[in-house]
Amino acid sequence: MAGDRDAFRVLVERHSHNVFRLAYRMTRNRPDAEEVVQEAFLRAYQKLGKFEARANFGTWVYRIAANYAIDRMRQRKKEEARKVEPAVHEEGMENDPVTLVRDAAPNPERLAHNIELRKQMEIALAALSYSERTAFVMRHWEGCAIEEIAQVLKSSSGAAKNTVFRAVQKLRLALQPFVGKGMQARATGTES
Amino acid sequence: MKHMTEEELIAYREGVAAQRAVVAQHLAACEECRAELERIEAVLAALDTLPVPNPGDDYGRHVWQQIASRLPERPARWWQAWFEPQRLGALAAVTALLVVAFIAGRITKHDHPGNDVATKEQIRERILVVAVGDHLSKSEMFLVELSNAQPNSSPGKLVNISAEQRRAEDLLEENRLYRQTALQEGDKVMASTLDELERFLLDVANSPDEVTSAQLEKIRQKIEARGILFKVRVVGRELQERQKATKPAPAQNDSTKIERNKA
Repeated sequence: MAGDRDAFRVLVERHSHNVFRLAYRMTRNRPDAEEVVQEAFLRAYQKLGKFEARANFGTWVYRIAANYAIDRMRQRKKEEARKVEPAVHEEGMENDPVTLVRDAAPNPERLAHNIELRKQMEIALAALSYSERTAFVMRHWEGCAIEEIAQVLKSSSGAAKNTVFRAVQKLRLALQPFVGKGMQARATGTES
Repeated sequence: MKHMTEEELIAYREGVAAQRAVVAQHLAACEECRAELERIEAVLAALDTLPVPNPGDDYGRHVWQQIASRLPERPARWWQAWFEPQRLGALAAVTALLVVAFIAGRITKHDHPGNDVATKEQIRERILVVAVGDHLSKSEMFLVELSNAQPNSSPGKLVNISAEQRRAEDLLEENRLYRQTALQEGDKVMASTLDELERFLLDVANSPDEVTSAQLEKIRQKIEARGILFKVRVVGRELQERQKATKPAPAQNDSTKIERNKA
């Protein structure tokens, strides 16, 4: 398959969406995610000789993307060392938590709460270490096997599992107070 | 009753628990642990609402467009590319030119037996001049037609550019060949012009078959903004002049260099 541009093109077109989703969840911004996608496929092409035909290309390119996303996050941290504003994203407001609450009836209190919750979730994710964020994204959102996560983190399976645990524990610690408030806000909204 | 630890509950929730059945059995019997698991799930459910933007249905194609020109060549298999159907036309053209050059070379050798090395160099350059001149002339025509194309449709309606795409693909194959040759010959200005032309041709070749009037306008703007047509014209004119000259490939004079550098 090495060097076969046409075959590679098919793979790029087939897997780009999934790789973008992983990259966005890790980097939390679209330009970086798009860069990760492109770089992941370029690196995959360069390493095609090492790719085992029996392996799953999607899983393989995922690993490459996750590795590059970690590099990109490190690089971004250095670049933005002077910035103090947390990254609050404008995109995808159609999926904002406020619209996803089952019994949602828009009221200012809940709207304010959900904006706050979203901001806190971004902060909590940003506060995770690169390994923790990678492990959480790959396991919780992408459903990757612990062995795959271990390969990306260059650790043992046990260590990868512990990293997933630490990530969830930290997220819980940071977000539980806000999630609790949300329940109260939702109750108020239903009653009014 | 011994309760589950937070770690055990998270592992259970994330599907990495070693003994799922044991945890499930305990949860069925323990209200306190169920409540704790619900609190963990509430946080994770909130995180699940964080949106991921949709990059668009055409995203895979877009990624390919972005990386195709950056993919490294594979030297071990370079010869295979010559036998791809798309390249056979260019290969035939070059072969024909080589035959002509060989014959011309033999004639020239008899005429100027004392100037063998210089003549070979001149013949090689003439091959490039004729072939690239022809290619640039075709490319110029293509760019002019694309710049002047007037879609007969309303702004929102799609314009079919599949014919232009096919032409761009054909030109692209030749262009790669000549750019590589120009690089090998050390003609940096020529290689640079062909490189820019190649990027544009690649954009057109990889565009959707049907584009909106706005997208077509963007393509035109690219031609203008990058000055591609102007550069192609300047280099093309220069090659035509060199081609017309009766004496083999005159040395580049200063005014020509200035004109090319401006481009």
